[in-house]
Amino acid sequence: MSLEEKQSQDIKATVKKLSLVVVGMCCFVAALVPLYDLFCEVTGLNGKTGGPYVFDEAKVRPDTSRLIKVNFLTNTNEGMPWEFRSQKGSVRVHPGAATTVSFYVKNTTGKPMIAQAIPSLVPSSAAEYFHKTECFCFEQQLLMPGEFLDMPMRFIVDLGLPRNVQSINLSYALFDVTDRVGLPDDIQSTSNQVSPVAGG
Amino acid sequence: MSEIIHADHHDDHAHGPAKGILRWLYTTNHKDIGTLYLWFSLAMFFIGGAMALVIRTELFQPGLQFIEPAFFNQMTTNHGLIMVFGAIMPAFVGLANWLIPMQVGAPDMALPRMNNLSFWILPFAFSMMISTLFMEGGGPNFGWTFYAPLSTTYAPDSVTYFIFAVHLMGASSIMGSINIIATILNMRAPGMTLMKMPMFVWTWLITAYLLIAVMPVLAGAVTMMLFDIHFNTSFFNAAGGGDPVMFQHIFWFFGHPEVYIMILPAFGIVSHIIPTFARKRLFGYTSMVYAVASIAFLSFIVWAHHMFTVGMPLAGQLFFMYSTMLIAVPTGVKVFNWIATMWRGSMTFETPMLFAIAFVVLFTIGGLSGIMLAITPADYQYHDTYFVVAHFHYVLVPGALFSIIAAVYFWIPKWTGKMYDESLGKLHFWLSFIGVNVTFFPQHFSGLAGMPRRIPDYALQFADFNMISSIGAFIFGFSQLFFLYVLIKTIRSGKPAVGRAWEGAKGLEWVLPSPAPYHSFTYPPEVTDKESYA
Repeated sequence: MSLEEKQSQDIKATVKKLSLVVVGMCCFVAALVPLYDLFCEVTGLNGKTGGPYVFDEAKVRPDTSRLIKVNFLTNTNEGMPWEFRSQKGSVRVHPGAATTVSFYVKNTTGKPMIAQAIPSLVPSSAAEYFHKTECFCFEQQLLMPGEFLDMPMRFIVDLGLPRNVQSINLSYALFDVTDRVGLPDDIQSTSNQVSPVAGG
Repeated sequence: MSEIIHADHHDDHAHGPAKGILRWLYTTNHKDIGTLYLWFSLAMFFIGGAMALVIRTELFQPGLQFIEPAFFNQMTTNHGLIMVFGAIMPAFVGLANWLIPMQVGAPDMALPRMNNLSFWILPFAFSMMISTLFMEGGGPNFGWTFYAPLSTTYAPDSVTYFIFAVHLMGASSIMGSINIIATILNMRAPGMTLMKMPMFVWTWLITAYLLIAVMPVLAGAVTMMLFDIHFNTSFFNAAGGGDPVMFQHIFWFFGHPEVYIMILPAFGIVSHIIPTFARKRLFGYTSMVYAVASIAFLSFIVWAHHMFTVGMPLAGQLFFMYSTMLIAVPTGVKVFNWIATMWRGSMTFETPMLFAIAFVVLFTIGGLSGIMLAITPADYQYHDTYFVVAHFHYVLVPGALFSIIAAVYFWIPKWTGKMYDESLGKLHFWLSFIGVNVTFFPQHFSGLAGMPRRIPDYALQFADFNMISSIGAFIFGFSQLFFLYVLIKTIRSGKPAVGRAWEGAKGLEWVLPSPAPYHSFTYPPEVTDKESYA
């Protein structure tokens, strides 16, 4: 009898340990999301660029020996009817020199809409060396019917950019987030900037 | 499948099964639950198979003949989900329930009531999932891998039912695995050390650990989908700062161990059948155990080979290419050992042996196309083509499924006390063997020539291969109905089987009479080397 009792105690102990493994794996998968973001931020693997970058232009001397071609690609996500394009298709910049480019966006529909631009950069090995001090992608845009806007983006290519990278392609996808964010009650407001969001 | 003899000659508490439907609802007997699992998986196999035939009918000729593309997508998706989660996995769990307590000399599973629960939530999960096909907007149509945003932003409204069904399947698998591990670790007969355990028990022990590790990951993935769909989060939505590629990483972190969950128990089954009919000990028992453990470990570090084309740095591609190829080493050890077991054995070719040998040959073909797919630069050509379809069907159909069919023929005398009809079994084997190759071999060629998977229509140059494939599919599908006939004939009018139904069979289950009594090994049996393949 005691043998049977011992066995049932052993079984309980095993079940407890295994349940802990299950709970541990649930925690692991929950932790995967921030870990994935952290991993991508450190390595730049998914081509995401960082948030607002603080940069003191007076302290950095541009590397005039190198000229990097930066190409801008714009596209609107499925079902997003806005007009969205880069004013200059590409620019050539020296690493360390801050440059401003602008993007044209127009609400072609008959109703107010909110948009969010999401950047992606190729090659991913350059992502951590591409800094933006100012970008429309840090905010969402609320445009009235027919309203258009020139949106500035100021960036610096880091001096540490690997030597084998001669050109960088930065793509912006414009998403319709009107339903997700919801129009403010007072849509007559002249402001075209809604609350800033994380990411970008 | 269980004609249970009434053990009423016992004076103690042992008693036979209750009568009627309640027997099956309330049962905590491992043999009853094993039987329920096996019949359930057979039913799901026929439902999933019918969907496969709908797919093959549409693909018989180019152009759209029978069904709409939207319905075609639902068929490919549900065929995959039902075969993976409804047919193959429950069949292995059913075999585990029937065999593990008998093979380790235990009276039952460690947690009989939980065993009942883990079976009975499955019919609800699958009813819920299949019912979505009849709802407005249709059922899941995003492929069995349910990549976001297809399964979130663009999913049919019924996707929530799918999510809950997956949660239930996961809960069932986790409970079943805890039960199996608790049984194996605590209830072995005295003298059965870990390295004397039968291979089927070993492979299931490792499989159960894989299930416990990855089923929570699957649950997490579908929970994030649920939040994205209903609670406005953006785990997989780029517009809100999420990343759809993360879905693929999380899915395949579950998905790759999952494909080994569907093959490791098959390795165990074949390691019983080949020594039995070669009348030799299993060659390299210890290396077999370590090979299974290595495969299980490697399964966690190869997931991104499913997504080479997603855009990955060179270092990542090289890592996943080499780690994937490493799996060929322990798998090669196993194939070598099976062949060495047959070498100079006194072989006979009864139906289970035919299926087991076909397993070794055809699984190896599937493994070799796997190595081709692991080559990163080549994978860019093969990705999402019929070559991939041919590859995973070769490892799942003549791999996992043949091993299950082999197991049924091998152990059915133990379960029912009746012997199947050998010539009908052989006929079933040859029909299946021909059918499966005619179906899937041409798909290698259409895939290499560029035919994408999951499409209802295709370019004209693929017409011949697809027609051959469809003919093979119908041969294979209908020969499984013949299998059902063989099973029913065996149960109703098979010749009585003796305890050791195969002269070369070893293991504690063969010490018991056939059919195995409703309660077996109430007192632990003696473990001898004579009853061990090791």
